[in-house]
This record gives sequence, structure tokens and C-alpha cells, in this order.
Amino acid sequence: MLITLTQVMRILEISTSMRGEGQNDVNDKDNRNQGILMVLFLIFTLGGFFWSWAAWGDLLLPAPASEHGVQIDRLMAITMGIIIIVFIITQILLFWFAYKYRGQKGRTAAYISHNNKLELIWTSIPAIVLTVLIVYGLKTWSGIMNSDTSEATVIEFYSRQFDWTARMAGEDNVLGDANVRFIEGANIVGVNPNDEDGNDDVLVRGEIHIPVGQAHLLKFRSQDVIHSAYFPHFRMQMNCVPGMETQFAFTPTKTTAEMREETGNEDFEYVLLCNKICGSAHYNMQMTIVVDTQEDYEAWLAEQSPLKES
Amino acid sequence: MAHDHEHHNESFISKYVFSYDHKMISKQYLITGMAMGIIAMFMSVLFRMQLAWPEEGFPILETFLGKWAPDGVMDPNIYLALVTIHGTIMVFFVLTAGLSGTFSNLLIPLQIGARDMASGFLNMLSYWLFFASSVIMVSSIFVESGPASAGWTIYPPLSALPQAVPGSGMGMTLWLVSMTLFIASSLLGALNYIVTVLNLRTKGMSMTRLPLTIWAFFVTAIIGVLSFPVLLSAALLLLFDRSMGTSFYLSDIMVQGEVLSNSGGSPVLFQHLFWFLGHPEVYIVLLPALGITSEVIATNARKPIFGYRAMVASILAIAFLSFIVWGHHMFVTGMNPFLGSVFTFTTLLIAIPSAVKAFNYITTLWKGNIRFTPAMLFSIGLVSTFITGGLTGLILGDNALDINVHDTYFVVAHFHIVMGLSAIFGMFAGVYHWFPKMYGRMMSKKMGYWHFWLTFISAYGVFFPMHYLGLAGVPRRYYTNTAFPMFDNLMDINVLVTLFAIGGAIAQGIFIFNFIYSIFRGPKAEQNPWKANTLEWTTPVEHMHGNWPGEIPEVHRWAYDYSKPGMEEDFVLQTVPMKPGEEEH
Repeated sequence: MLITLTQVMRILEISTSMRGEGQNDVNDKDNRNQGILMVLFLIFTLGGFFWSWAAWGDLLLPAPASEHGVQIDRLMAITMGIIIIVFIITQILLFWFAYKYRGQKGRTAAYISHNNKLELIWTSIPAIVLTVLIVYGLKTWSGIMNSDTSEATVIEFYSRQFDWTARMAGEDNVLGDANVRFIEGANIVGVNPNDEDGNDDVLVRGEIHIPVGQAHLLKFRSQDVIHSAYFPHFRMQMNCVPGMETQFAFTPTKTTAEMREETGNEDFEYVLLCNKICGSAHYNMQMTIVVDTQEDYEAWLAEQSPLKES
Repeated sequence: MAHDHEHHNESFISKYVFSYDHKMISKQYLITGMAMGIIAMFMSVLFRMQLAWPEEGFPILETFLGKWAPDGVMDPNIYLALVTIHGTIMVFFVLTAGLSGTFSNLLIPLQIGARDMASGFLNMLSYWLFFASSVIMVSSIFVESGPASAGWTIYPPLSALPQAVPGSGMGMTLWLVSMTLFIASSLLGALNYIVTVLNLRTKGMSMTRLPLTIWAFFVTAIIGVLSFPVLLSAALLLLFDRSMGTSFYLSDIMVQGEVLSNSGGSPVLFQHLFWFLGHPEVYIVLLPALGITSEVIATNARKPIFGYRAMVASILAIAFLSFIVWGHHMFVTGMNPFLGSVFTFTTLLIAIPSAVKAFNYITTLWKGNIRFTPAMLFSIGLVSTFITGGLTGLILGDNALDINVHDTYFVVAHFHIVMGLSAIFGMFAGVYHWFPKMYGRMMSKKMGYWHFWLTFISAYGVFFPMHYLGLAGVPRRYYTNTAFPMFDNLMDINVLVTLFAIGGAIAQGIFIFNFIYSIFRGPKAEQNPWKANTLEWTTPVEHMHGNWPGEIPEVHRWAYDYSKPGMEEDFVLQTVPMKPGEEEH
């Protein structure tokens, strides 16, 4: 096949050289054709953009189910709006100029080397827009990171290859001290047996229930490698790092039942995924989070038994 | 005169293998980089097939992956290895060495008017270290326990513990050895570039008359010299943790039922060290591509680059800022939230010089007389992807927004467009533009057109839909998305992406054919085929040691006097003296 191609190329080459024009010189016809393709590509890009928005817009994550998630989505909408406007304007300018100023014999380009006023304008406008985004973003971030956790229920999510274990702090709302060196038998998260705070801790696997409207302070630890606790519906993510404890506070605002109704998907579940490469089954490291009403939650909690008794 | 080099009586080995000549070394870098690029691109096709048709058997997978794909079904471990090696090769071997190594070597001496690099020997050594590191990286694919598979960022403990993933055995050792050689190569190269630009400029070539390509290569080299050593130290400490029982990155770990004795280390320390290189690395990859684009756009729009001083200033601003933004890769690692705020602030500032560059490119086209060479097409493509990919950086750089898109396909889309596509487009532009200088022949224009349009369309086709996957919450580095029902209805998008990826890969065949064919059979090039201003086009078509047969030319003006009123032609070589009364731009 390569040989055939080479031969075809040779013939083309010879035939153009016989016509007496350099086959690789860009002529007016090329410039016109490529200019038109530039415009067609612009239409393809913008068309594809709007089409994909219409076709795939519904596939995105549903509206946030946590208090801070609403703030994140609002900031996201504003930023996305700015991005889309700038994207459309600049792409139109780029491809339109490419078409409009396509080369023609006999024409000469304008000799313009700079324009201080213009440059000042397009430096200041991004600077102003960015200042607004930075200030708004930092306010949102510090609101999320420094939220009041004095009334929050403490839960630990403990990761290892390739599953999650949740540890509820029990009645005292204090987690017992823990380290991998204490792991033994049913104590799979390594709670220190001599720490009394750990006596009422409850281990939960597979599916955990939490009450709606209650502030939670989540703590994260890892047994082996770095994992990342990703709760996309709550707009929440934090890495689980071996040797250290990380945390994230949030308040769920919709029960699983409400979310099923809202999304029209009766199988909807809140899920916890691993979002940091952690080994062969990284893609399947999950836990289900059920957000209950207070009564349902208490009924579920009554069935769980503390670590010391199990 | 043209056959001057024959008088040196060079042997085959000193001319083609251990050459000191920057032009030959540049070709060596290009060919090695292209070979690595083909390997890495092929890997991406393999793992894209798994993502589109998960766990389906393909005989082709068994052919290439052997025991890693029993019955043609890809194993999850080799999936992770493929994405790891794909990323490593693309970022370092293709877009760092392949791009910077090729064009810094080719253009620095030619465009500043030097006979060669400051040290030809170090230059030769730099290439051969790179070659050795490429060989080791490729050979790591074939080891028994599989290649490194902790992601190209090789975060420990995953990369430190062979018990955690098989790729962290011999494969990771080879990865670290290869990267150590790579860093040595890159430092030798960069020091040489810096010294050459500072000391060997010809008479009249002041810093303010340097073409933007040289500014970009020069600043890139400075960034590399300041940041690569930090990656080297990170890699050495990791090597210690792996084989000498130290605990720099490890603490309180139980793996496969065994409690390790390590304590007191921090995995987050590695991330700080890694990203202290890792973020500047983005600009090591991007700045040379932007430099090439500046040159190609000005030459082919037949118009001075708009805002030369602003372009230089923005390169310097980007370089400076690139050193104080690394923490934006770590917003959700448990780093102090206040530190996160600082990094958000510095990160979003980078958008300002980037916007200036984008606007300057667009304005350079305005009122131009554009000649659409394949190089020009790729440069325009670069401006498009640079904007598209850069804009989503406003989301990822904002810590509050990063929480929910961190490590999802939104990130994959972002960095592939802004860094991967832009840099590779810059590289293609460079190859098409300077091919006549490198090989004395022309590449086929027609094939170049086909190559560009197929590549451009499939590039957007691959990476644009990935934004939706990310916003739907799909994490990156997942072997399959079938384990979570919430991703079930995204299958069509994955199939579409894979089809575009296969199409894009096939389109590169056109380029490779065009490249090889033109080396041997392309029409002979004229001395200055693009009617450009810069010094490299004053050298003879046939290569010679020392670049210019007689005296090194003297420079009298900047590189961008295109379509200057009062001149006979629409270009003025930098060597042409100023007319009496003529004003410098």
C-alpha cells in the first residue's frame, strides 16, 4: 500500500511540475478554500456546542443536595456563563478573521505593530472580571471550609483497597483514637481498644444512613494508599491520606426519597466513589449513602450495634 | 561551498550518531519524539476501546497485550498502566523533549546568528541521555509485573508499594531510572540553551530584537532548570522509600494484611515536590508551542506580531506565576484551606497574561493577508484550543469549584485541550514550517491540509464531550464506568469519543507518510520558501557545520517587519540595514 501511495505521489508531483507551478506554493485558490473551511469549522464548533448542550444537558449531575452545594452551583453557573460568552466571541473572531483576511495576490497587510490603548483595555477587562471571580470564589470556599461544626454529627469514612467503612462516633459524638497498628478481628479500622471514646463507635459497611437537615463533620482516613472520598451529589470531595486525618463538613438537604421524586429516577441513590487512582478495582470502590428523615434514621440507628459489643 | 562539511571528513558515526551539530541533534530529537508519540497514541486507542466497549473481547488487544488481555479482554491493571505510560510519554518524551529539544536546538543558533550551541558536547550528551531514558521507559512496558501504573503523577504510597499494585514493582523502578536520566538530559539541554542565548547572539541581535520563538525557548529553559531538580529530589526520596526503608512519604500503612514499620512521613510532601515541577512543566510544554505560533502567525499573516513587548512581558509573567500556583492541584488533599485560597488567587492571575497572548494572536490576523500553509492552519488551531482549554482553567483553578470536578473527566478535557492539543499543534506547525530548513525539501501541502482538518475535528470530537462526562461526575482513571448505575446513560458519549480518537489516530498516518516521503522525495526547497525575516533563512539550504559559509550576518532590525510601508517586498530580512530616516516599529 505504501508503495502504491508513493507511486501516486510521484505521478501527482510530475504532473504538477509539468503544469509549471510549485505544487506546494499556497495560491489564492488554496487561501479561499481554507478560509471557507475555517468558517465551516466555526459553524461545526458552535453547532456542536449547542447541539451537545441540548442533547446531553440532562445527563449532568442533578441539582445539589447539600447546603454548600447550592453555593458551589451558583458560582459555577456564573463562571460557566462568562466562559461560554468569551468562548463564543473569541472563536468567532478567530475564525472570521481567518476567513476575512485570507490572502489575495496584490493585497498588502496593514503594518500595525501595537496599540497601547487597545492592549490596556484587554488587560484591564480580564483583570476586573477575574478580581470579581476570585473574591466571590474565595468567599464561597472559606464559607465551606470554615462552617460552624459545633453541632455537627461526626462520622469517619475509612478507605482501603477497595472498599469503604464508615465509623459513627456514637452517643458521645467523639471518635476513638485509631491507628492501623490496632487492627484486629472485627476492629477493621484500628480503633484503640484502650480509648474509651471508641467504645460506642459504630462501624457500618455497604450502606450508611444519615438524617436530613443535620450538620455533619466527616473525617477521613486511609489504610493503605491515597483514596479520595467523592460525593458528587453533595458537591463534596476530600482525599483520604494514610498517616493523616482530613475532614469536610456538610448538611444534606434532600432525603433519598425526595431526590428520587425530583430526578424521576426511582432507583436513585447517593453514592460515595473513590476518585484517586488506588489500584486494580479503583473503578468499583463504592458505598451507598441514604439520607433519611429523622424518624427513619433513628429506626435504622437502633439496629446498629457499637464496636465494643460486636 | 554547500558541500563544505565533506572537507571535515566526518565518519558516519560522528555525523549521524554522536553528532555535535545542533541541526542533526534537533532531527534526532524530532524522530525519537515522534516514535515515542506514536507509541503513546497507540496506547490511548487501546484504552479508549476498553472505555467505549468495556470488557468486550477484541482479538487485537490480545495480540498486543498478551497475558494482560486474556481472550482479548483488557485487565484492569494494564488499563492503569496504559494511562500511566501514555501520560508520561506524552508529557515528557513528546511534548517536552520532542518539542523543546527539536526546536530549541534547531532554532536557537540559527535565529540568533550563532555557529552552534555553546557546548556541542553537552548537547550531544543531552540527546543520548534522552535516548537512553526513552529506551528504558519503553522497555519497562515489557517487564513481567507490568509497567508503572500509579498514574503519570506516581503519587505514593501507591507508587511506593509493590503490594498495592503490580506496576509498582520493577515497572516503577524502571520508570524512576528513566525519569532520572530524562531530567539530567533536560538540564544539560536547558543550560546550553540559556548560555547560548545569553552569549552567542550576533552583532545587533539585542534581546529586544529576539524573535518570540527564542524568547519562549529561553524562558522555557530557565523554568526547566529551576523546577526539574525538584522532581529529581522527589524521585530520589521515593527511590529511598521503595528500597531503603526510609519514611519520607509513608506513615501508618497496612497493605495486604501487613502493617508496615514506616511512620512519620507524609504522602502530601511528594505532591508538593511533584507539582513544584509539575505545574511549571505545563508551561515548559506550552511556551515553546506559543513561541512557534508567534513566528508562524506573523510570517503567514504577512504582518508584524501584534504587541511584541506585551508578548515578551506575558511570557515572563506566565513563567514567574507558574512557580507559585502548584497547590491548585492539591485543593482536596487536606492541605490547609487558607493555603488553598492563596493558590486560587495566584492561579487565576495567570489568566491575565494568557488572555493578552490570545488577543494578540487574534489581532495579528486582523487586517493581515493570510497565507494558509499547513503550519499556519495548525497555529490557528493552537489559538483556538489554547482559548477553549484555558477558559475551563477558571473553573479548575477556583478552589470552591474544583471540589466537585477535581480528578473527573472535566480535568482530562481541560489539560488535554490546553496543554496536549495546543502543544502538539505547535509542534506540527513547527515541523511543517521548518521542514525545509531541516531536510532541504518541502512537505506536501495537500497532505498537510488533510492532516490538519482531520486532526482538528477529531481533537475537538475527542475532548469536548469529555467536559460533559466530568460534569456528570465521572472520575478519571476508571477502568470502566459500568460499576455505577449513575453513569449508564453516558455510554453513547464514550463511544463517540473513542470513534473520534480512532479517526484522529488514523489521520496521523497521513502526517507520518508525508514526513518520511518528503525527506526523500519532497520537492527541493528554496532558501527562503516562506519569505520570512529571521536569520535561519539566510543559511544555505544544504546543511553545513557553522551554519553560514562566510561571516555571521549582522542584524539591523527586529524580526517582524512584514508588509512595512515603503519597502519593495512584504518582508524585510533582519540583516537588511535600516534605510535613512526609516523608523524602527
